[in-house]
Amino acid sequence: MSESTVISAKDLSLTFETADGPVHALSHIDLDVERGEFVSFIGPSGCGKTTLLRVIADLESPTGGDITVNGKTPEQARLDRAYGYVFQAAALYPWRTIAKNIALPLEIMGYSKSEQEARIAANLDLVNLTGFERKYPWQLSGGMQQRASIARALSFDPDLLLMDEPFGALDEIVRDHLNEQLLDLWAKTNKTVIFVTHSIPEAAFLSTKIVVMSPRPGRIHDIIESDLPRERTLDIRETPEFLAVAHRVREGLREGHSYEDEDA
Amino acid sequence: MTRRWQAILALVLAFAGLAAVVVGGHADLASVAFVIIVTMAFDTRRFGHGGAAVGIFSGVHLAAYFLIVSLSADSAGSPAFWLLVAASWVAAWSLVERLAAHTTADLGMRSAIRLIIPILFGVWLLILWELIVRGAGVPSVLLPPPSAIAERIAGSLPILWADFQQTFLKAVLAGYLIGCGSGLIVAIAVDRVPFLKRGLLPIGNMVSALPIIGVAPIMVMWFGFDWPSKAAVVVIMTFFPMLVNTVAGLSASTRISRDLMHTYAAGYWQTLFKLRLPEALPFIFNALKINSTLALIGAIVAEFFGTPIVGMGFRISTEVGRMNVDMVWAEIAVAALAGSAFYGLVALIERTATFWHPSYRT
Repeated sequence: MSESTVISAKDLSLTFETADGPVHALSHIDLDVERGEFVSFIGPSGCGKTTLLRVIADLESPTGGDITVNGKTPEQARLDRAYGYVFQAAALYPWRTIAKNIALPLEIMGYSKSEQEARIAANLDLVNLTGFERKYPWQLSGGMQQRASIARALSFDPDLLLMDEPFGALDEIVRDHLNEQLLDLWAKTNKTVIFVTHSIPEAAFLSTKIVVMSPRPGRIHDIIESDLPRERTLDIRETPEFLAVAHRVREGLREGHSYEDEDA
Repeated sequence: MTRRWQAILALVLAFAGLAAVVVGGHADLASVAFVIIVTMAFDTRRFGHGGAAVGIFSGVHLAAYFLIVSLSADSAGSPAFWLLVAASWVAAWSLVERLAAHTTADLGMRSAIRLIIPILFGVWLLILWELIVRGAGVPSVLLPPPSAIAERIAGSLPILWADFQQTFLKAVLAGYLIGCGSGLIVAIAVDRVPFLKRGLLPIGNMVSALPIIGVAPIMVMWFGFDWPSKAAVVVIMTFFPMLVNTVAGLSASTRISRDLMHTYAAGYWQTLFKLRLPEALPFIFNALKINSTLALIGAIVAEFFGTPIVGMGFRISTEVGRMNVDMVWAEIAVAALAGSAFYGLVALIERTATFWHPSYRT
């Protein structure tokens, strides 16, 4: 494990004990994520992609194997505020204005009032929401709410951004637009991003590394290093290189499913 | 030209009343019949809902005035009288129908109409109460007319104020604040400490089931005859609704919101004040509203079991014994007024505090 390794998982497993017997959510996961990478977890439901993200965030505890985040345990990394987490829903608090929502982590972490204001302004600008400070979340569209939640995750400037299907509930036009903005933001901030999705074009368009997962037990089926340039526009989706990456992801997902059929 | 059935019925009743006047005398009632007939003739499409409403409004209240004046004459209780009471009631009904059907883009006008309809309803309840009780000669021990109650209120303001001070400003407010406050704090403790949830919540349930007439005399023995014993009864009555509602409210936050706090490594108190208490506010206000009326009932009933010679409950229990029913009704009126004002105030604060809740969003 080198100095630039952000996440390192070795033989990681997580088994949930349920009334219907044990569920192997994660089984023998080996994964390294380097600083500055954009990594996507893709797979059908039940493949453990969200669970793996939650383990990294210390929202779930693994039952076997080792995992480090910034060379520390996930719990220590969480206590050190190592990452910003973007959920499937924006989860903005309705009694707070957009500005106050972005200030929430800053208040908790004890930033000064002037520092809070500077960071609110900077991050609203980053997600193109300047002018909406005093609006309440329910007065904004779904896409704008999710952008505000990204600004909230970035407000305390964590080096690692964990995103759990952040655009899953949005329509494709909005999603394309936000994907472009996200790449732009990634280039500007140089953060490490881990992105859970079940959309092949989204994973292929955004990622430098795509982790294809398959269910029952949840495991990594393939890891694809994308050789697309870091600077991308939506047009890249017409190129043969992009289609080759997307094809490999689709193949991986199909093979993952055939294993499942053998199991059954 | 179409007429609503209320308008036709009012006209029929008014003409029948006029016929009864001609047959039976009581010429003073003729003016009532004329007013209603003219008013209902006015109720046409030509003037629109708004114009018709203004016309009927003036007419029915003039008719009501003549009817009330006629009560002091011997015409009260005659067939003509009852026919015209019915006619003016139906006319008033058609007025409310007109108002409810009146559509306007003007926001101020709309909220004014929303306010006027319940007021009209209340006023007509009083008018009919007055007309029926006095027209039928109901003994005032059974039900005094509103005018007698109003007279009694006007004549006993110092006593009513003293009772209000004793019962509402002292017992109810003190008991309400202590009961709701301690319910809130205990709910937070119950939520924090699992064994309290299992141990204290069932006991709290039992306390809420205690009959107030059993608790009140014991509280008098513990805290004396004056208002603190009544406040103690109010505390017992208000504590549990607040406890149960707050405990439910504290678990109202979604998993995703709590996970968010967890990712920030937020402490228990930060999560409590920044997420769980705001999320619990609608539940807490629900309890505050329930308790605002419970508290008044509790304090009044508690005064039946030993009290200094002042207080709303004391006054009711002694005046009933002396057959001064109008005084009892005066106290009931004060209690109803204070209770609804208290409830309204809490509801108003709720609106500003939970403006973000889907039921209030604009």
